[in-house]
Amino acid sequence: METEFTPFASLIGGLLIGSAAILIMVGSGQIAGVSGIVAGLLRSPENGSSWRIAFIAGLLGGAAIAVLAGLFDPGTVRFPATGLLAAIAGLLVGAGTSVGGGCTSGHGICGLARLSPRSLVATCIFMAVAFVVVFITRHIL
Amino acid sequence: MQVIIALLSGILFGLGLAISGMANPAKVLNFFDAFGSFDPSLALVMAGALPVTLIGYRLVLKRHAPIFADRFHLPTSKDLDGRLIGGSALFGLGWGLSGFCPGPAIASLVTLSPEPVIFIIAMLAGMLGAARLPRLRPA
Repeated sequence: METEFTPFASLIGGLLIGSAAILIMVGSGQIAGVSGIVAGLLRSPENGSSWRIAFIAGLLGGAAIAVLAGLFDPGTVRFPATGLLAAIAGLLVGAGTSVGGGCTSGHGICGLARLSPRSLVATCIFMAVAFVVVFITRHIL
Repeated sequence: MQVIIALLSGILFGLGLAISGMANPAKVLNFFDAFGSFDPSLALVMAGALPVTLIGYRLVLKRHAPIFADRFHLPTSKDLDGRLIGGSALFGLGWGLSGFCPGPAIASLVTLSPEPVIFIIAMLAGMLGAARLPRLRPA
């Protein structure tokens, strides 16, 4: 399914994501890595995790504000994976980000911004694998 | 105060994901479909986020401590080990199959569609499962 190239909106969105990462680092000294924040909440929910809940609530709230402000139309969203495939993908993403220590935000943005070699390796691997998976599922299978 | 900072950071992050189009998994997958319905938007998201964060971190990490906490919580591991490589490959597999990664999946809950709900429940199960697995080799 085609989607429209949105250079301006995507650049602005990226600037906002970067600002979010700087804010939580300068304020609280934390990496804005979504998988790490969620996994930390799962591992010790009772242990000083209110900031994690606040971040996740804010993430959802920010997306909701974008909808209300007319900056994001949920009607344009399409889900390439439904049902069982969405569940399998979720298991893989959950296990993979736990074992690999991060996701697109933690490794791909915060880690690369810290010039971390681990994050560079992780980002190259998950981007390359996703590229190969999309090529296989769309052009070979 | 750390809760307020986290809430504000989360709101900025969620706004950014939604405005950038990354809360739409179809758009994410099209970034990887260079030989099909290619949509380079994700590269622009990185082009917006990375330089800002790189410069911002440089300035922030010159401080002795964050404003509202006693220290910076930065990853200390330096190993390019099997866990990093294998875990990232598994993540890439799930990402490539669905177009979902953790942040955008949470943001896309605002579509009130069942897919992000299914994905997130499975993702939480995957995180819990991975945390329970014994380490196969010293990391």
